[in-house]
Amino acid sequence: MHMMKADVMVDIHARNNHIAEHVHEHLAEHRIFAVNIMGAPGAGKTTTLENLLKHLDIPGYVIEGDIESNIDTERLRSQNILASQINTFGACHLDAPLVHNAIHALQFDKPGILFIENVGNLVCPAEFSIGEDIKLLQVSVTDGSDKPYKYPLAFEKADIIILNKIDLLPYVDFDEEFFMKGIRHLNKTAPVFKVSGKTGEGFEEAAVWLKQRAGF
Amino acid sequence: MHEYPVTVQIVDIASETARKNKGRVRRIDLVVGEDSGFIGESIQMYFDVVAEGTLCEGAQLFIEGVKPQLRCEKCGKRFERKRFSFQCPYCGGDGEPTPIGKELYVKSVELEVEDQ
Repeated sequence: MHMMKADVMVDIHARNNHIAEHVHEHLAEHRIFAVNIMGAPGAGKTTTLENLLKHLDIPGYVIEGDIESNIDTERLRSQNILASQINTFGACHLDAPLVHNAIHALQFDKPGILFIENVGNLVCPAEFSIGEDIKLLQVSVTDGSDKPYKYPLAFEKADIIILNKIDLLPYVDFDEEFFMKGIRHLNKTAPVFKVSGKTGEGFEEAAVWLKQRAGF
Repeated sequence: MHEYPVTVQIVDIASETARKNKGRVRRIDLVVGEDSGFIGESIQMYFDVVAEGTLCEGAQLFIEGVKPQLRCEKCGKRFERKRFSFQCPYCGGDGEPTPIGKELYVKSVELEVEDQ
């Protein structure tokens, strides 16, 4: 019996990333552009994807990620949106194996855009690749303007940031300058679109950006 | 909860190395950056439970933490971020994120191997 030391240098996310690549290839084969929607519970993720789909004249698909329930999926299906549900039963984020199972259950008849709504959480979803093309970060003025400083990774990794509930600006102490300063330290390129899920304003511009980015 | 699946991955990676070398794991050296999103203490807590019945059972887990660093866009120096600030302590410039502090990997394992 003897002891030996072996250098390993293996990233813990390697297996997840490998499956994420497979998901991405599968979607690319069907010409599906995947958007990973991240944001805190109640920030307006489902409302945003509904509004974006209204302004996008291309086929849309949705995978809903929640700890429990299929409330959002039912809500989308009632509007004739093709939606499927993942329940994580306790896990705080979606990972590539969960999304892998969900995409193989979906029928992608036409090229289009797939919104994957992550579990409501501003922390963990940013850490896991799920095979997406871009990450959309959903924040709202009621979350508070300090969020880029408190949850830097989500802002650093975002490709597009949507600031929701701007109709509530007169009623909340949201320091937009402080908020934008924090974002620009972490992320030089992601556009920030100001929207209101209540009035519908601002989504059209975000949809135009998204369509162009998706190459449609 | 959050660290459980990650701990399973760590045990899998170390066990795989042991299998290749026909040995058992005695020690794992893990690197966890403070901005990796994972807490070393929590991984440590799950480790013994996850390792039970695997080639890692009874092994010791050593965790090396890494403090996150920003890089100043003006003077290029690296520094640790202060709360609610991205300011460089050397020149007052703005710091941008670096990969330092986001590490999460198995660095090495020590194995007990049967003599041939």
